[in-house]
Amino acid sequence: MSGPSTYQPKSALGRWFEARLPIGGLVHSSFVAYPTPRNLNYWWTFGAILSFMLGAQIVTGIVLAMHYTPHVDYAFNSVETIMRDVNWGWFMRYAHANGASMFFIAVYIHMFRGLYYGSYKAPREVLWILGVIIYLLMMATGFMGYVLPWGQMSFWGAKVITNLFSAIPLVGNSVTTWLWGGYAVDNPTLNRFYSLHYLLPFMIAGVVVLHVWALHVVGQNNPDGIDVKNVEKDTVAFTPYATIKDSFAVVVFLIFYAWFVFFTPNYLGEPDNYIQANPLATPAHIVPEWYYLPFYAILRAIPDKLIGVCALFGAIIVLAFLPWLDTSRVRSGKYRPIFKVCFWLFVLSCLGLGWLGAQEPSGGYVIAARLLALYYFGFFLVLLPILGLVETPRTPPASIAEAVLRGKTATIDQH
Amino acid sequence: MANTATMDEPTRRDMLFIATGAFAAIGAASIAWPLINQMNPDASTIAAGVPVDVDLGGIKEGQIVTVKWRGNPIFVRYRSQKEIDEAVNVDVAKLPDPQADADRVKKAQWLVLIGVCTHLGCIPQGHDGPFDGWLCHCHGSVYDTSGRIRQGPAPYNLAVPPTAFSADGKKLTIG
Repeated sequence: MSGPSTYQPKSALGRWFEARLPIGGLVHSSFVAYPTPRNLNYWWTFGAILSFMLGAQIVTGIVLAMHYTPHVDYAFNSVETIMRDVNWGWFMRYAHANGASMFFIAVYIHMFRGLYYGSYKAPREVLWILGVIIYLLMMATGFMGYVLPWGQMSFWGAKVITNLFSAIPLVGNSVTTWLWGGYAVDNPTLNRFYSLHYLLPFMIAGVVVLHVWALHVVGQNNPDGIDVKNVEKDTVAFTPYATIKDSFAVVVFLIFYAWFVFFTPNYLGEPDNYIQANPLATPAHIVPEWYYLPFYAILRAIPDKLIGVCALFGAIIVLAFLPWLDTSRVRSGKYRPIFKVCFWLFVLSCLGLGWLGAQEPSGGYVIAARLLALYYFGFFLVLLPILGLVETPRTPPASIAEAVLRGKTATIDQH
Repeated sequence: MANTATMDEPTRRDMLFIATGAFAAIGAASIAWPLINQMNPDASTIAAGVPVDVDLGGIKEGQIVTVKWRGNPIFVRYRSQKEIDEAVNVDVAKLPDPQADADRVKKAQWLVLIGVCTHLGCIPQGHDGPFDGWLCHCHGSVYDTSGRIRQGPAPYNLAVPPTAFSADGKKLTIG
């Protein structure tokens, strides 16, 4: 979109370096001169918030790794040592543990935004699928990180999740033994989860680079879901406009994050995880971290193990097919009256499933979870394909400039 | 190569490409296998999985004793006559995972099971659930007094480990 960079370093040293490694030009064309649609709203700041959270998690994580011991006999106590003895250890750990939750809050908002405004539609399919891959990697990273403190929820979460793979016909048990490195979740399991928990964030960072690259090839979507037609009129430069707006959003998000870290650091955690792992006693009520609850509810809603596990994974994988499931030619949900209603019902069904995932798997809760799971899949597999054919969308504005200036008499030149 | 007339014919160079590629693939696979297989249980884990002995003398009728074998809980249940009857008087063909009680025990009063729910690996609660056997609180699987799945999402009966009774019947070896 931006074309060849016209970046010229001011200093002689800068020009000397640029001729040998044009990294200045790359940064300039990607984050300074890069044109962003001028109608972006604050929902578009979550990319920057997510980048910040990935950095925060990597920094706090590397620091925690300096004090943590990945052994079943020492892991739990080493975490308590971090909390009580290590200088600022409590802060690093609370920032990391709550950081994971903040990361997921941000990614869910980011995903719902993409869903509402049709950001997955051509030509952004690859961009969207890279996002789904990042989300899968985040789930794997979060899960393995939660195992490391070796509390009761860590252990039993690890056991339940690795047992999902035992549903695979024929080779299921061999796969779980291979994942565990033993006959049950034990020291080898903890060790490898630690290794992978350290690796995966860097893989996420790698896919984020591809995600941003793909974004900068096709350009950002926008609330009206229309293409940039005139770069002069429809866009503004990334710096200072997007940079300042994103920075402001990051600061606001940091306040929210800090409130959890400093005032209610255990609100999103489970008290049972302050009990050391005991392979002979399952806690009365196992719940995963809140960000997995909707999928956990789908798993439990189905009375058959293999189908339940397939539904759990299918609920995530279906996202990758979204660009082809939605048949509407209008991108933005803003101009799709029926889609809009279905979308908000979908948001409610996700929240409802999340709540049900934390309840006992019995009676009315199971029936409710089944209905909501049905809507979850129905939204993707039935509503989206059909809506595009039967819905009459409103007409989006002809250009981004028109969308911004609609209802105003001012022209762009007057400010 | 410059001779276009022979382009469609296999050449010695094609042979070299295929042979080189094949060796590269074999090499990659033979390096990949150690990298994958290292995650399987190591020698010490396998060695630690030797059989364990349980003294049956101290177990009272109706009691369930849990011992650890290979990192998993093993239930040793001294069944009462009522519990045995409940396990035996069942239409086996109608069970989700049909198996007669006699095929699951060596001595009717001693039921020995791997105490891991076949759904997702939680430890079921004994003397609980509508069949007096076990109830798994994680996802609601119900087992009877033979450890067979009766309700809920678990696909199979609780597994029966290999066992042997000592000659005098006072000691049980698991594994």
